[in-house]
Amino acid sequence: MSWETVIGLEIHAQLATRSKIFSGASTAFGAEPNTQACAVDLGLPGVLPVVNADVVRMAVRFALATDAAITQRSQFARKNYFYPDLPKGYQISQMALPIVGEGAVTVTVSEGEEKTINITRAHLEEDAGKSVHDLFNGQTAIDLNRAGTPLLEIVSEPDMRSAAEAVAYARHIHALVRYIDICDGNMQEGSFRCDANVSVRPSGQSEFGTRAEIKNLNSFRFLERAILFEVERQIDLLESGHSVVQETRLYDADNDETRSMRSKEEANDYRYFPDPDLPPLVVESSFIDEVRSTMPELPKIRRARFIEEHKLTPSDADALMSDRVNAEYFESVIAQKPDNKSVSPKLAANWINGELSGRLNKENLSLQDSAVKPERLAQLLARIEDGTISGKIAKQVFDEMWSSQANADDIIESKGLKQITDTSAIEAMIDDVIAANPSQVAEYQGGKEKLLSFFVGAVMKASKGKANPGQLNQLLRDRLKKG
Amino acid sequence: MYEKTLAEQSRMLANGDCSSAELTTHYLDRIARLDKELNTMVSVNADVAMEAAKRADEQRSSGTQKPLLGVPMVHKDIFCVAGGRTTCGSRMLEHFQAPYSATVVNKLNDAGMVTLGKANMDEFAMGSSNENSYFGPVKNPWQHDCVPGGSSGGSAALVAARLAPMATGTDTGGSIRQPAAFCGLTGIKPTYGRVSRYGMIAFASSLDQAGPLAISAEDCAMVLQAMAGFDERDSTSSQQAVPDFSASLNQPIEGLKIGVPEEYFSAGLDDAVATHVRAALAEFEKLGAKLVSISLPNQGLCIPAYYVVAPAEASSNLSRFDGVRFGYRCDNPVDLEDLYTRSRGEGFGAEVKRRIMIGTYALSAGYYDAYYLKAQQVRRLISNDFENAFKEVDVIAGPTTPTPAFQTGAKTDDPVAMYLNDLFTVSANLSGLPAMSLPCGEVNGLPVGLQMTGQYFDEARLLHAAHRYQQVTDWHQRMPSGIE
Repeated sequence: MSWETVIGLEIHAQLATRSKIFSGASTAFGAEPNTQACAVDLGLPGVLPVVNADVVRMAVRFALATDAAITQRSQFARKNYFYPDLPKGYQISQMALPIVGEGAVTVTVSEGEEKTINITRAHLEEDAGKSVHDLFNGQTAIDLNRAGTPLLEIVSEPDMRSAAEAVAYARHIHALVRYIDICDGNMQEGSFRCDANVSVRPSGQSEFGTRAEIKNLNSFRFLERAILFEVERQIDLLESGHSVVQETRLYDADNDETRSMRSKEEANDYRYFPDPDLPPLVVESSFIDEVRSTMPELPKIRRARFIEEHKLTPSDADALMSDRVNAEYFESVIAQKPDNKSVSPKLAANWINGELSGRLNKENLSLQDSAVKPERLAQLLARIEDGTISGKIAKQVFDEMWSSQANADDIIESKGLKQITDTSAIEAMIDDVIAANPSQVAEYQGGKEKLLSFFVGAVMKASKGKANPGQLNQLLRDRLKKG
Repeated sequence: MYEKTLAEQSRMLANGDCSSAELTTHYLDRIARLDKELNTMVSVNADVAMEAAKRADEQRSSGTQKPLLGVPMVHKDIFCVAGGRTTCGSRMLEHFQAPYSATVVNKLNDAGMVTLGKANMDEFAMGSSNENSYFGPVKNPWQHDCVPGGSSGGSAALVAARLAPMATGTDTGGSIRQPAAFCGLTGIKPTYGRVSRYGMIAFASSLDQAGPLAISAEDCAMVLQAMAGFDERDSTSSQQAVPDFSASLNQPIEGLKIGVPEEYFSAGLDDAVATHVRAALAEFEKLGAKLVSISLPNQGLCIPAYYVVAPAEASSNLSRFDGVRFGYRCDNPVDLEDLYTRSRGEGFGAEVKRRIMIGTYALSAGYYDAYYLKAQQVRRLISNDFENAFKEVDVIAGPTTPTPAFQTGAKTDDPVAMYLNDLFTVSANLSGLPAMSLPCGEVNGLPVGLQMTGQYFDEARLLHAAHRYQQVTDWHQRMPSGIE
């Protein structure tokens, strides 16, 4: 029997506010335990929550970026359960009326394969604190710095049919929330984490199978591995005549498997009810308009523009869109006019996605920290385009620019890297090479034309890489034909 | 000096007829002498009070003029006051010290009032008799074998015994008005949102509201003035402007339309209480008011709705008392479950546990719609009843309680009988309307309360009407015997 996988994701994106969702305490990561928890975060008697306006703004940004409905009167609700790192004994979340309603995103699963994933809802909630079990022998320590940190929980429809689709969707949302400046996306610090609801069903069946929820996946790799493991586990169960139990599972990265955490029967009855401390959250149309006016051009519109206007391939455009800073860098490069004309967008995209991002990765830097700014890169690219240097020499110039702050023209000048385009100079070098390699010439002329690259390489070496490659090719062919 | 009202003391201080230090000493002496018997106070802090009194006197001598400057008072022990303990009448918080003060506390401090201490109360404000305090029951100064009402029973009894001219209270289902009625005081529960709830330990968040208990409506007007106003730390507090509650107290009430709900005079109301309430209404007629018979058809649903909503919210509000971060923790817990079970089992009293269980049940999956949601719908019906009534009348009047104060222990084994004490008071909390109680008679030596309910944010009209009534009657000036 063939099986179909069905996946829905719940993504927790930590909103990049300075203070907490219901208090003025800082949200900065990594402080000494319990130094960033005020009376409200500690749930002391008599304290009351007050909504941080920034979280509302960020939720509205997300809604606008995903074509989602905005609930103009949403409601906070209490999710009641006891746990030592949950100070009030309830988490303030949203249940019946989330601030963001139905939306959708179109994601690229692989080159040329796009898929629309529907988003059921996104709601605001507070994070809990942290229980630290390995600090004191036999005791659990509680750090409430994280308590009250704002989260946007983004719930998808069960629209994904493979681990690859789930990862593509998660990556898309990850890029989107950073792009619209609502989340720093730092997965190591837990700013972006996923729960995956996974089930399988016989291909062609319309009802869903019983699902398991895998909690707290904090990397795309774990997300993928966990889903792959879970799908296989469920298929094995079903094919051996067992059934899947609805339960919450944890992914164990060390053993690459999922393990049961609690079954449906053990699940808490959260006793949700509207939080009487917080009146309905009213989002006025004028507020939405104001937020809209501060939105960057949306990724899907910018991506389409890159493809239409700048004739980039979808994969080049996607690579540029992986980060808003990338896209802006690209736009800045092509907006430069080094010689009163723009450089080719295709060339710019290749360089940003290739040489530049490779260098940044190698040095573990982000684009903001790049030693080569758009104006300097544009000048370098202009020199490739006008034939002053070859693409290969350009990489050498780029290395020089990275470490020296000098601009391309000065480096080309001082290092004598200017391309040799003088026909007689190239021909002189060709003559030398031919004279030194008579047997290869004979072989070439006897039909072994693959040897052309041998001659090109030899002349290029003699020119220290500066010979114009196009010219060299043509001259060599002509010369070798003559015999 | 103790027989004077707060307003009179304010004038004495302004005229230099006495100092705050004198007044404060006077009351501290009375507390030391009389409170062993009555048990109205949980904490008394004489040193802090005397310092505050001296500061008030210095301010006055350097020209500061504020009506409440130097006037002594007591806070119900539900308000967090930094620097001392805040127990909420519970073993759970027996040693709890809040690192901050409630907004109400800060406001009354800013007004220059002198806090003598903290008043006894039913545990977490759950009760109608003040028999549910971990710190022991409070006696009604009028008859020591009777209850003072609850949950602000300590506040009411201490003002009745003139251990302070005023005390703060909180009212979730009648907890200011019912003890005011039982102890012969004037007390007002303002409109929901009028007074900040920040720093006031929550019982039922959508119902809780703070207000003063004092001798007269004039006193209440002065204190409410200082307590009321928007607070950015309480999202449910109202931005509505606060009028001058004292400005129109002496205007005539000619033409005031008083609605009298027929439902308030049905079975369950003590005949003698009914007689006094009707006499009070007749007095209002003499003052030029018009009585209009009205109907509040859903009055019968109030108690059931209240006893779903209030415990439901309480069950969640009291979850934070888990023995983990503050408050009572059991000895030697073996694991987390044991820590929770025993800390809460040992830290909370019986009535609190009863309500947590009722509330937890009402919110549970499968019961939520039938109980909590239905109760919220009933709230809407009750509010609509009032809205309709206020199309015809300015205020609504009736008895505060079905009977005068009852004997201590009389209803402790019958929670439903106890809950019925709130028959007339809970509707103001369910709807959020302002309501007050003022003394209007005595039955067998025990005071009787008249309740008046007003439109949203119309406290001024209630205080005005009550003040006019108190200008022509003396029920509010009567004091229990044996408090000299």
